[in-house]
Amino acid sequence: MTTEPHSHKGPDIAHVTLHNGLEIVVIPDHRTPVVTHMVWYRNGSADDPVGKSGIAHFLEHLMFKGTDKHPQGEFSDVVTALGGQENAFTSYDYTAYFQRVSREHLKTMMEFEADRMTGLVLSDDVVNPERDVVIEERRMRTDTDPSAQLGESLASTLFTHHPYGKPIIGFMHEIEGLNREDALAYYRRFYTPENAILVVAGDVTETEVVRLAEDTYGRIPARGQKPERQRPREPDARAARRVVLADPKVEQPSVQLAWVVPSYKTAEKGEAEALEILVQILSAHGTGRLHRKLVMDQKIAVAAGAWYQSTAVDRSRLMLYALPHPDGTLEALEEAIENVLTDIVQHGVEDHELRRAKTRLIADTVYAQDSQSSLARMYGSALATGSSLKDVTDWPDAIDAVTADDVKQVTQKWLNRRHVVSGYLLKDEAA
Amino acid sequence: MNDASTTASLASRIQLVRSSSGIEAWLIEDYTVPLIAMEMAMLGGSSQDPATKPGTATFLAGLLDEGAGPYDSTAFHDRLDDYAIELGFSASRDQISGQLRTLARHRDEAFDMFRLALNESRLDEEPIERVRAQLTASLRHEANDPDAMANREWFATAFAGHPYGRPSKGTLESLPTITRDDLIAYRTKIFARETLKISVVGAIDATTLANELERVFGALPAKASLSEIPMAKPHAVGTRKIIDLDIPQSSIRFGAAGLLQSDPDFVTASVVNHILGGGVFSSRLFREVREKRGLAYSVSSQLAAFDHGPLHMGGTSTKNERAAESLSIIESEIASLASDGPNDEELDIAKKYLIGSYPLRFDTSTKLAGQLTHMQVENLGRDYMDRRNGLVSAVTRDDAARVAKRLYGDGKLFVTVVGRPEGM
Repeated sequence: MTTEPHSHKGPDIAHVTLHNGLEIVVIPDHRTPVVTHMVWYRNGSADDPVGKSGIAHFLEHLMFKGTDKHPQGEFSDVVTALGGQENAFTSYDYTAYFQRVSREHLKTMMEFEADRMTGLVLSDDVVNPERDVVIEERRMRTDTDPSAQLGESLASTLFTHHPYGKPIIGFMHEIEGLNREDALAYYRRFYTPENAILVVAGDVTETEVVRLAEDTYGRIPARGQKPERQRPREPDARAARRVVLADPKVEQPSVQLAWVVPSYKTAEKGEAEALEILVQILSAHGTGRLHRKLVMDQKIAVAAGAWYQSTAVDRSRLMLYALPHPDGTLEALEEAIENVLTDIVQHGVEDHELRRAKTRLIADTVYAQDSQSSLARMYGSALATGSSLKDVTDWPDAIDAVTADDVKQVTQKWLNRRHVVSGYLLKDEAA
Repeated sequence: MNDASTTASLASRIQLVRSSSGIEAWLIEDYTVPLIAMEMAMLGGSSQDPATKPGTATFLAGLLDEGAGPYDSTAFHDRLDDYAIELGFSASRDQISGQLRTLARHRDEAFDMFRLALNESRLDEEPIERVRAQLTASLRHEANDPDAMANREWFATAFAGHPYGRPSKGTLESLPTITRDDLIAYRTKIFARETLKISVVGAIDATTLANELERVFGALPAKASLSEIPMAKPHAVGTRKIIDLDIPQSSIRFGAAGLLQSDPDFVTASVVNHILGGGVFSSRLFREVREKRGLAYSVSSQLAAFDHGPLHMGGTSTKNERAAESLSIIESEIASLASDGPNDEELDIAKKYLIGSYPLRFDTSTKLAGQLTHMQVENLGRDYMDRRNGLVSAVTRDDAARVAKRLYGDGKLFVTVVGRPEGM
């Protein structure tokens, strides 16, 4: 077991690795006698085998189906009876399970969670109805919503080769074919102590968490080595592409512009932080450049913003979007968004914009300290995507170090209109 | 119970702070994180919109931070951003609410910006037209969203002729007619000390807060002039309304009359609702509709304790081919709870959950301030946090059976369905 202490302006975070390879992060928060217990696995939808899209997410559902020791429903019944809350989520790069309970029930949660790390039992009787649940989930989220359908096409156009282009929930025709054997094969490959990160936030100490973890997770034998993520690299884009979806149900059109950009994991030093600042300068509520130029000055949009998926294992995505005024066209709006970027490339950003963006992002780290579950998610997602604890604790300093020139450089380098993928959502007037 | 000490200690930590002119707030002082969260509410909300102008309260709430006092919209937002102040207003059916979150070191600026937004919002022409366009776009965005459609149709039919029947966010027809004068008239009528409730959590002491309260709220008029809203019971219970939309799934909304928050049976009703469809992984609807049959991803029920027409409601989204089956399972679970009540085991689990999870409602400053304001609006008293788990704990199987019967009655529901359901 190795321990490296960390300290920063927030809580004192402990980081420990058990003999079987399980990493542990402890985030103290003694305000209420509650703990957030999370286990993160370093596999997500981008690790779905070819032809089996949706298996990471399907397995997440099936993880609630019980083990030999604790048959279906027992874990959830215990969490409920203890007054706890629980859930799970699947992303491109990770799958995580969590419970929030009174502090004295932490060990019980660890026992159950450790048990289902290797003890899952699946029969067709539980797998088949759960596949129908996932099919209804896909219908609810995507197949009844034209903008979600456009989002899928935009992603698969942006990532032509890398699995970030596939939907987390999977394609319908592949979900329909997923079975018990697929789920178990995937489970055996990825659900191991070496591949997991335990994050405990709340009214606990490092010593206590490690002792309880040794007694539960520590009993799981090491598998020998970490599972490898095998992902193809996305080639550099050479062309601008436009994806158009027209549907009679669309009453409010929109345009999105998307690029492949570095994540914290893949970026050269400072680039991800500069992109983070750029997104803030473009889209801060009420002050962002997209809002000021397109909504307030030119009055061609009713809303506009930006979004950057910075926490990712591989090169990730950055998106800008706008909703046109009823009399405006999407082409004009796309041009106007491009002009906002061109202006930054040519003239840079103002000092006061840079200062504001930093103030805001650094303040967000203080606001995050108010929520133990936000902190647990912040650290869990960073570690699960290959960042270190030090990266997280040093983040405010890294943000503070970004210069106006850095912002200009990343805009020029990454948000090039020659490689943009634009998505148009339109009303199908003919239908 | 393990958490008794938590809630007891929280209740005893609530300070009643009173400004020089008598503005009151509940304060929980806590310096763990250097921030301050405030939540305020005034009675009113969208149910006080002029009858021909639904959306007025929502429109006004969206404009309060779009320029106030010496600052136009641009300058106002610049200033919020310079100090990383989070400030916003919203309207529900029965209330106008305001939220503030600030770093403790920017307290002075933050309370001042809140004061300006609340008292001196400029309602300039430019932001009025801009926010009108945003609200219109948001209505268009959900025009054909199945859940939004099912919900709109449910309220329009069940509360036809009553303020609750009008959409809170207005309509494509009403938004263009709302003028600056309408917004000012609403503000003049509703913004008053009489119905104001304030809660503050975080790094601030009582004396400092008393001064801030006077500064922020001291200039509000004493009395509101709320229009009388009649009590209403939902119409059309026992009927279904199907709205055609070309999608592979049917979105279903169901509901009927419920209980007021002030009703002596409300806590018991919450336990009963938890058993029906309130619990995520443990409710009857989850087990029967989702887990056993795979008919839906989401299925749930809730108590919507509106002041002038409380409801029990719920919804699900299920494939068109089996929509009729899903609805019939939901109806039979409601009917069975009404006739037989819950069994001992499910009652026990529900009570344990509701008792044990109570502290999870208070685990951030913002959530805590929200809960404290809710307790004030509903007149639950400062000791409610001490009493609440005892009330849940005291619910017997006989109580639950009696209240299930009272709540669900003959099991009849008003149901709206959007999609192409088969066999309905």
